[in-house]
Amino acid sequence: MDRPRIIGIGNPSRCDDGVGPWLAGQLAGRLGPQAQVLTLGNDGLSLLDAFRGAQEVLLLDAVQSGAPAGTVHRLDAAAAPLPPDWLRCSTHLLGASEAVELARALGDLPEKLTVYGIEGADFGLGEGLSTPVAVAAAALVEEIIRQYTQASHA
Amino acid sequence: MSEGTRTIEVNYLARVEGEGALHLRIEQDRLVAAQLRIFEPPRFFEALLRGRDFREAPDITARICGICPVAYLMSACAAMEDLCGVEVSAPIADLRRLLYCGEWIESHVLHIFMLHLPDFMGYPDAVRIARDHPELVRMGLRLKKAGNAIVALLGGREIHPINVRLGGFYRAPKRADLLALRAELEWALGAAEQTVARVSALAFPDFERDYEFVALRHPEHYPMNTGRLVSSRGVDLPVTGYDDYLQEHHEVHSTALQSRTASGGVVHLGPLARYALNRDRLTPRARAAADAAGLGAQVCNPFRSIVVRAVEVVLAFEEALRLVDAYREFDLPALPVELRPGVGYGATEAPRGTLYHRYTVDQDGLITDAKIVAPTAVNQAVIEADLRHYLEPNLHLPDDTLRGVCETAIRNYDPCISCSAHFLKLDVERD
Repeated sequence: MDRPRIIGIGNPSRCDDGVGPWLAGQLAGRLGPQAQVLTLGNDGLSLLDAFRGAQEVLLLDAVQSGAPAGTVHRLDAAAAPLPPDWLRCSTHLLGASEAVELARALGDLPEKLTVYGIEGADFGLGEGLSTPVAVAAAALVEEIIRQYTQASHA
Repeated sequence: MSEGTRTIEVNYLARVEGEGALHLRIEQDRLVAAQLRIFEPPRFFEALLRGRDFREAPDITARICGICPVAYLMSACAAMEDLCGVEVSAPIADLRRLLYCGEWIESHVLHIFMLHLPDFMGYPDAVRIARDHPELVRMGLRLKKAGNAIVALLGGREIHPINVRLGGFYRAPKRADLLALRAELEWALGAAEQTVARVSALAFPDFERDYEFVALRHPEHYPMNTGRLVSSRGVDLPVTGYDDYLQEHHEVHSTALQSRTASGGVVHLGPLARYALNRDRLTPRARAAADAAGLGAQVCNPFRSIVVRAVEVVLAFEEALRLVDAYREFDLPALPVELRPGVGYGATEAPRGTLYHRYTVDQDGLITDAKIVAPTAVNQAVIEADLRHYLEPNLHLPDDTLRGVCETAIRNYDPCISCSAHFLKLDVERD
């Protein structure tokens, strides 16, 4: 069975936009060889390559949808399209949402693709997560670890 | 056409780099304003450079753009090497040209396939093209990746290369590593030719203008890293003469400076200008592709810039193959650069046009003044002029149609608004 691939997207120099890479770092340390963990910047095109050869992908990114900061959105992206512009935190190139839809249009989507979007509060210049995002991200790490631990015992 | 006043606003320009908007005002069948409003915040790079060591200029200015960092690296190196009286060796010049080929490919392919093609194929975006023509989008993605591979190999990574320094490179590549790219470059050259054929068959608005084209010109090659500054109206200057020819001024509706000639003329930079002034320097397959696409001595329909860009992609792959094949490992990846205080000038051909840098450096090697003119800042005036000329006879068209054509016309220049927003003149009036 192939290992799941966990991909954290974002720019750690833009405060809460760094939550994807932060989560990926935590999960890499805790899951060890159980998962393959990647960290990407905001260039959606690199996501297309990162999907290649993976059956199960967990995508972690910051979002701005208007929900309260720290809200964790969980989407089954293999089942339904992502809301347009939903994960778009960069003026550069393709957003993650467009990249997922481009992969879908090309028939390159992983069989299983779960997206966790963490609602950010502060996307200004600087490092470090805002308190609501840090709290939500810490809880999400535990939840993902629990899922994988249970799955491996099942 | 209805009576009265119409205002057409495109509040955020989609599929361009950076944040800008378009404002059109039509009064009684007359177009009274066509403004490309750039509101991307100014980024003060020129001020940031003051007080920094002259050797830092390439790496600092490379951060101005994630799409054309190589252009910034190369123009900054050219200016500082001009200041210090250094002329790089032939193998270093060749590697720099190869690196520039990689960037042209990345930037042009992204623009052709993902940003501009949807306009001509009648799709809202590249994702929708991919649903109907997956093979076309796949080809674009693979071409871009071939460009990325060149930049990653010579620059150390795909975006914001870290291997460039004054006088050359930190490390020169192994011949075997370059040859490993060969097969993919061969495929890409063929795919680039197919791209020219494909985009030249698109339908373009019937629209031409008489431009003053400006680009670099090199004695042997299609211009990238070096050359004299030439124009289609007979200008022929060394790069040190740039400031006498083009001067910047500020428009209140924009945070980017605009450039005009000393006599107030508007100039056009980028692929159409390079092509018009250097057609005789095209590589054989690029010239054959241009001929097959029906491009004449010059292309004055800005909407056909997508075809010229594709021709330049053929040229970049052809040059990349030539440079890879000719490469032999050499000992000195960078020449020593000794400080000479004074003023240095550098210009190279970024994908969007001539990128000019000028630095003043003191006896301690610190930068006391920096001037950086991005091609989009220069092209802002010609984009507005295109819009006015296109719109004047077409004001009867519905707003949505006008809006669509205007966005396409702006994307003809692949404007990089982030790069161009480099200065804001702020006047405060007080009682």
